[in-house]
Amino acid sequence: MPETTLLHIEDLQLFFRAGKGVVRAVDGVNFDLNANQAVVVLGESGCGKTSLAKAILRLLPRNVDTYDGKIYLHDQNVMELSDEEYRRQVRWLKMSMVPQAAMNALNPVLKVGDQVAEPAMIHNAMDKEMALGQARKMFQHVGVPLDFLNRYAFELSGGMRQRVAIAMSLVTAPDLIVLDEPTSALDVLTQANIFNVLKRIKSELGMSFILITHDIATSSELADSVAVMYAGQIVETSDAHRFFHEPLHPYSGKLMDSVPRLRGTQEPDFIVGQPPSLINPPTGCRFRDRCPHAFGRCAEEPPTIRQDGRTVKCWLHVA
Amino acid sequence: MNAISGTAQGGAAVNSAERRHDEVLLSVQDLHVWFELRRFGFGHAGYVRAVDGVTFDLHYSETIAIVGESGCGKSSLMKTILALHRPTKGDILFENRNLNALKGPELREYRSQVGYVQQDPYGALAPFMTVQRILEEPMIINGIKDKAEREARLRNAMEEVKMSPVDDFLQKFPHMLSGGQQQRVVIARAMLLEPKLIVADEPVSMLDASVRVEILKLLRALQDKHNLAVIYITHDLSTVRYFSERVFVMYAGQAVEKSLINDLIRNPLHPYTMALLAATSDPDADNATRFRDVPPGEPPSLVKPPKGCRFHPRCPHMIKDLCDAEEPPHFEPEPQHLVACWLYR
Repeated sequence: MPETTLLHIEDLQLFFRAGKGVVRAVDGVNFDLNANQAVVVLGESGCGKTSLAKAILRLLPRNVDTYDGKIYLHDQNVMELSDEEYRRQVRWLKMSMVPQAAMNALNPVLKVGDQVAEPAMIHNAMDKEMALGQARKMFQHVGVPLDFLNRYAFELSGGMRQRVAIAMSLVTAPDLIVLDEPTSALDVLTQANIFNVLKRIKSELGMSFILITHDIATSSELADSVAVMYAGQIVETSDAHRFFHEPLHPYSGKLMDSVPRLRGTQEPDFIVGQPPSLINPPTGCRFRDRCPHAFGRCAEEPPTIRQDGRTVKCWLHVA
Repeated sequence: MNAISGTAQGGAAVNSAERRHDEVLLSVQDLHVWFELRRFGFGHAGYVRAVDGVTFDLHYSETIAIVGESGCGKSSLMKTILALHRPTKGDILFENRNLNALKGPELREYRSQVGYVQQDPYGALAPFMTVQRILEEPMIINGIKDKAEREARLRNAMEEVKMSPVDDFLQKFPHMLSGGQQQRVVIARAMLLEPKLIVADEPVSMLDASVRVEILKLLRALQDKHNLAVIYITHDLSTVRYFSERVFVMYAGQAVEKSLINDLIRNPLHPYTMALLAATSDPDADNATRFRDVPPGEPPSLVKPPKGCRFHPRCPHMIKDLCDAEEPPHFEPEPQHLVACWLYR
């Protein structure tokens, strides 16, 4: 199957103004996503992964300092669009998002069916009848019984509410969905259920995903490729197979070691220290204070090395 | 098995604790915690049977893990052990004293012997208090009047949870700390009054994956050092292995399987435990290519739980006219491995 690039991100930057200075939350991010694929953005809290999602969907707060770079969606640089054009042409129609804790953000006084139908009425110019029909279809895709259309959010369990949030992101028929920690508040069985739903949508509707999470074990449920984020930068990109087998960047390796495993005897370990502040981050490699392999050269900014379709931002991999 | 559990046997094991290891610290006997439902504020409308017949013993300096999903009653069980709820039926004995009989100062004294590590550290720390004030509070309540002693004890507790240099943290407010540091403060607070038992309610589920192991190792080290008994409540089986030897699985208010954790992972007996294990993923790229087996439906209402085995409407091995009619007793198909399931009759 020929793979086509759906999303190409080049040198994306999103800085915020804060009391103490400029927060470099997304600091020169590059990655690609092919159609009908899922990329996982992995990182600790505070590494800028939610800001990356917001930068891609242009959901910006007021205190933005810099918002720059290129985002090609189907070969069109959407960064050139005005805010209004972006809202009309891209957000929801081409890309939609399931924000963190979306299941707790449903409107308590609207029936969930009407809530799911609403984006289709606004963005696809459907009348209410058609939009509800579309919502019904999406409910079937995510496995919510149809009589739930007329219920309110408080009548649904956490897992069902999360499915409703996913159905809402699907209803406008976008090419890409950004999921921000979709299962972190859910029980194990519900998590497995949600990932089954996402896998089914991926194969049945040909959907593509950007999955943002800190949970490596569950991220492997959906990942075709992985981008590891540290202190506002992408330090490694790889296909999932080689990443889970043998991560390249020392930070990725440490992250993998920190996962408690149900099977196997490997003792989990933790990463000593804390990620650096994103206000005036250290020069050179940002991980070097916590890195067991750090050496003299790490004080210089490491280049991004390409290696058989993978990239790694580390001096260790310079030939 | 690993370095964490290895330290439990080696090192400076205190003699008295060694001697008491076979003695029961906490005994939960046929515990029922039901909450009454009322219609319009009065008029009886049934009960929520949050805990419905749970029995177990916890020895001195032993860890037990309680595994279950939200709504299975594990938090109600925990709160009853902390003497925040009264049992509807059944008894909890702590050092042979019945909690039901405790009042006033006795109850306060009991609570000082049981530390509580909350799930959400940020929610558990008063946002308007400094770390120093947060840690002093339990000592003031429990009548440690000497300021110098309070100061010394809180510094000691901070050192123990590896928040050093202590002076960097004492005047900070909770929002100025990272999630891991907040959880350390919560643990320090639970340790301050030198409890015999720590109840940890999902202590790491709100934390970043990279910090979880660090906090679990810290708790484990404190347990070894002070010979604490720990009740570790979680929904994540993969962390249990690194923390506890004994585990029991709860479903809809009842314990469905009790065993050693390695036996449970090697040979799960209850269909619900099997489903939990099958749904837990390890990092593996092949996970993306297959669907996971998840039992259909959701946990039952605790107001009108299903007749017979409470898992039977979701169970792939349901035996008609048995599982849906009679509640299964605990069978013991292998030593020290109890299961409430008719498959093993």
